Amino acid sequence: MTTSGAQPTWDGPAVYVEGVHKSFGEVQALRGIDLVVERGHVLGLLGPNGAGKTTAVKVLTTLLAPDRGRALVEGRDVVRSPEAVREIIGLAGQSTAIQEELTGRENLEIMGRLYHLDAETRRRRAGELLERFDLGEAADRPTRGYSGGMQRRLDLALSLVSRPAVLFLDEPTTGLDPRSRLGMWEVIRELVSSGTTLLLTTQYLEEADELADEIVVIDHGKVIAAGTAQDLKNRVGGDVVEFHVVERDRTAEAVEAVRALSGSAPSVDADAGRVSIRVGGSGSSALVETVRRLDARSIHTEGLGVRRPSLEDVFLALTGHGAAEGDAPASQARRGRRSGRRS
Amino acid sequence: MRDALTEPLVAVEVGRPPAYQQVRSAVADIATLTRRELLIWLRNPAFIFFTIIQPVMFVLLFRYVFGGAIPVKVRGGYVNFLMPGIIAQSAAFASFGTAIALARQLQRGVIDRFRAMPMARSAVLLGRLSADTMRLVVTVLVILAVGYAVGFRFQNGFVAGVLMVLLAIVFGVVICTISGFVGLAIKDEESVGSFGLVWLFPLTFVSAAFVPIQSMPGWLQAFAKNQPVTTVIDEMRALALGGPLGLHAWQSALWLAGIAAVFVPLAVRAYRRAT
Repeated sequence: MTTSGAQPTWDGPAVYVEGVHKSFGEVQALRGIDLVVERGHVLGLLGPNGAGKTTAVKVLTTLLAPDRGRALVEGRDVVRSPEAVREIIGLAGQSTAIQEELTGRENLEIMGRLYHLDAETRRRRAGELLERFDLGEAADRPTRGYSGGMQRRLDLALSLVSRPAVLFLDEPTTGLDPRSRLGMWEVIRELVSSGTTLLLTTQYLEEADELADEIVVIDHGKVIAAGTAQDLKNRVGGDVVEFHVVERDRTAEAVEAVRALSGSAPSVDADAGRVSIRVGGSGSSALVETVRRLDARSIHTEGLGVRRPSLEDVFLALTGHGAAEGDAPASQARRGRRSGRRS
Repeated sequence: MRDALTEPLVAVEVGRPPAYQQVRSAVADIATLTRRELLIWLRNPAFIFFTIIQPVMFVLLFRYVFGGAIPVKVRGGYVNFLMPGIIAQSAAFASFGTAIALARQLQRGVIDRFRAMPMARSAVLLGRLSADTMRLVVTVLVILAVGYAVGFRFQNGFVAGVLMVLLAIVFGVVICTISGFVGLAIKDEESVGSFGLVWLFPLTFVSAAFVPIQSMPGWLQAFAKNQPVTTVIDEMRALALGGPLGLHAWQSALWLAGIAAVFVPLAVRAYRRAT
């Protein structure tokens, strides 16, 4: 039975996925995914809606059987020993285990019962988790009245009742306001520092950057890039300096002026007069240089600034298309998204 | 030590616990989920309304508003005719809660979460069914008590009365399997609430529940006479008020077994597939 700190009896990686395919009818949600998460590491699975993130999590948590390929969690095969996998994993995120009529404490204690903890242990565990996730004051109120952030924290707490060896968080902050998101990051970081292996899916590069040791980018059910956040940003080209040219007909001249600032050609939206330059790690000095060069030619700009590369930039750099649009027809992308979440 | 990079990883073999332990842990899980569902029910005013207040209202409405206009040839008058019918109808409508709760838990992902836990696969549905059975018992007993207060009396002795209550509960549980399937198949709380259970209305109202079938037009009688709700109510009346038991007993048993044989597998399949 699952008790505190399931002892891994194997020396391989905590999560190992090899060539996993999964289709829903005609929609191929996963088209040969490989993943490795070392014990105690945090892997961020990054991708737009419908990329296959949720499907991957469902395969790893035994909710969906893969059509082909293998997935092992602490060496346990998700198809051949699903019960053994369920004993050592925790899952939270898009789904919720919270029953809103019950109080936070009741939710936690019932979870403890389902993991067959004895009365004393489940009481203590519920108390600890409530404290740790800053829910002590609300512990005995029905969760119906909890804020979005509190509900996510409680839900995360519910997935930790059994002290899982490997935790899966499927878009843990999607739909949260910025402040609650920061709070959630805080909680997840703390969790990770205590050594839990974590696989986290997200649509936000920033989130993967904040929390993950390693990031795997997936799109249309395939891994398109893997590495640290820094690796990915280097591939994108680091910071982006961006501005709009006030006199649109001088856009070409402006591009000419700043071309030398980057190894790659600036991307230009001629209609909007927008110029974006990937400037690597030297955002602020490139910004100053940009201002100087444009000023020397008396080119007027608005909205001049430096920004961090977004998921949009990562996708543009890796796939040639943005995160929102795909190369599949929109209707198919939508269908894939729905299957990914619900099927 | 093997080299993970050149040799394929070999999965760890994990033995399953012995059968008796699996059964024991499944029973514990079912008990936990039953408690959970009952607690939810107690906290939810809407559920209490549907399972207690609404049936009681029906008893009072039919007893005092429609009752006077409906002539029946039954010892003790309309209230004695009405009670078996209204108990069956309420038992059927209690399955509303089953459908709504399953659709809601599926929609919110609660069921996914349970399925990612080391729990017997059957525990979620069986826990639900056992909690709903307890709810049914409460509903039936409350209605019976109200019935007694407004003049209903069993005419056929204590044992037959108890058998009538048992039949009503079995009937309600069987209807729960249909509703459970509907809830799992539709997967959307709102849709289930608004149209998922419309089939219950013709089934319970076009039956012998509230009026003698002879008062309906001929084409409707054909349906009303032969459908399962009427069969069960006829048997319940025979038990409560006296009369031949045999034929309706067989028909009821066949109907209930048939419905369960169709909808239990359908519900289980819908549950397995839904995530």
